[in-house]
Amino acid sequence: MSSNTLTIEAARDALRKREITSVELTEACLKAAGASTKLNAFVHHTPDLALEMAKAADARLASGDAPSMCGIPLGIKDLFCTRGVPSQAASNILSGFTPEYESTVTSKLFGDGAVMLGKLNMDEFAMGSSNENSAYGPAINPWRDGLTPGGSSGGSAAAVAADLCIAATGTDTGGSIRQPAAFTGTVGIKPTYGRVSRWGVVAYASSLDQAGPMTKSVRDAAIMLGSMAGHDAKDSTSADIAVPDFEAALTGDIRGKKIGIPREYRMDGMSDEIDALWRRGAEMLKDAGAQIVDISLPHTKYALPAYYVIAPAEASSNLARYDGVRYGMRATLNAGDDITDMYEKTRAKGFGKEVQRRVMVGAYVLSAGFYDAYYNRARKVRALIKRDFELAFADGVDAILAPATPTPAFEIGKKSDNPVEAYLNDVFTVTLNLAGLPGVSVPVGLSASGLPLGLQLIGQPWQEAELLNHAYVLEKSAGFVAKPAKWW
Amino acid sequence: MSIDTETARKVAHLARIRVEEADLPALAGELSNILTFMEQLNEVDVSGVEPMTSVTPMRLKRRADVVTDGDIQEKVLSNAPDAREGFFAVPKVVE
Repeated sequence: MSSNTLTIEAARDALRKREITSVELTEACLKAAGASTKLNAFVHHTPDLALEMAKAADARLASGDAPSMCGIPLGIKDLFCTRGVPSQAASNILSGFTPEYESTVTSKLFGDGAVMLGKLNMDEFAMGSSNENSAYGPAINPWRDGLTPGGSSGGSAAAVAADLCIAATGTDTGGSIRQPAAFTGTVGIKPTYGRVSRWGVVAYASSLDQAGPMTKSVRDAAIMLGSMAGHDAKDSTSADIAVPDFEAALTGDIRGKKIGIPREYRMDGMSDEIDALWRRGAEMLKDAGAQIVDISLPHTKYALPAYYVIAPAEASSNLARYDGVRYGMRATLNAGDDITDMYEKTRAKGFGKEVQRRVMVGAYVLSAGFYDAYYNRARKVRALIKRDFELAFADGVDAILAPATPTPAFEIGKKSDNPVEAYLNDVFTVTLNLAGLPGVSVPVGLSASGLPLGLQLIGQPWQEAELLNHAYVLEKSAGFVAKPAKWW
Repeated sequence: MSIDTETARKVAHLARIRVEEADLPALAGELSNILTFMEQLNEVDVSGVEPMTSVTPMRLKRRADVVTDGDIQEKVLSNAPDAREGFFAVPKVVE
């Protein structure tokens, strides 16, 4: 077994016992990543930097001062700004952009000794659920050629599932960590809004964006989240709340906990397969001593339309900065073109179709005469969606169990024609972003077609430790060990 | 809500994205389709509900009003498509 298949937990223990060095581990990952062109997961490789970081980690391990992430090779989503390394959010408008600064999340991970292997593919500006909206072309699901690994963190999910790295960073605005994790048989957690700093993460929709780990196990997610989380003075929405030891919370004991099953998530036309998986997950938690209760989240149906008003509105404002002046590309101009021509031509050339669509939808819903009808109404509905969850938690519910996705991974090209149909992918995941709640996707079974299926657990604000413990129980009961057979 | 070609043109301009004349009808159709989807929100009774302004009920922290960095002109300009003599350069703005 090659060491790139290790979990963070196993790699950490082996590194600490000096059974393996970080350089060896990093070389194994670099080899796997270098031979994965067909997956199109890694879009910028940084082998020299990786080996330099690995050597430093080995020195630190030898000195006995080694945090859990020390020496662990990671893939980093292209949305994170990494100093001196291309960071272009999978957009042509940021082609050639190499930040002069490091995002808080990557600073924290690298400060703990983690190693960067390179940057990972994604949907442009994190807008998408299939990784097809990427300037680099789509990432491919290692489970089967031609299938999407999901999105927007599709490269991260593909890289973790294919053992090209030990773990990866992701970001989640409407499901972009949890949906790709479910499509690839990996674990992904979106923390509570404010748990992880957004500083240096290219912004999509600032009131919804959160970064989180994408890993091979729940324990790995707990370890890596501990390194990523914490207050940051550079992000005014980052919470000044102590970060607990998430790994220590994995006791496997959920006796007496109350798990809510939201009836509104049982959608019309839900496949029998997903329904059966959901019931099986509830049985597993019940067998572990939890109490299963039916709950109601009455405004669930309106989460998607509310999201597709709020997210584009924030995006149109955030993406106004791409003007062809300060960074990235500028379109070729004709003699006599003025500054407005420069803006319009640069943004037409630099942004992909879906990004243009969302920026325009956002401009429309924020424009005079429509602000109240769309944007303010969506924010009111958002308040109601958040209240639904608050009422459920006030009733004593500890966590909520729901499907992560309506289907297993689908074929690339299948849902790209109709934007509204593509948006339906996010039906089970967007509610949490609107409410700011933590959610984790755990692989639980295989579909009839042999593809991974995941369930989602939703927790109370700031209770990621307890949430991960529930996920840990689900993971143990499900015993999901399948891996994709290598074809790439 | 149906978006006509003229509105699509206005939206594209608001967003500062150049859309060719021939592509406006298709854009209008796409935007109409998305807005129709959003109109489900009209079914919700939102009377007496305040629009949500912050995700978590906490006061934004304030920092001391002091300079914390500076003298990084080169770094600020290093990614500009056109920087000259310490400035960002753009097409002529004043006639």
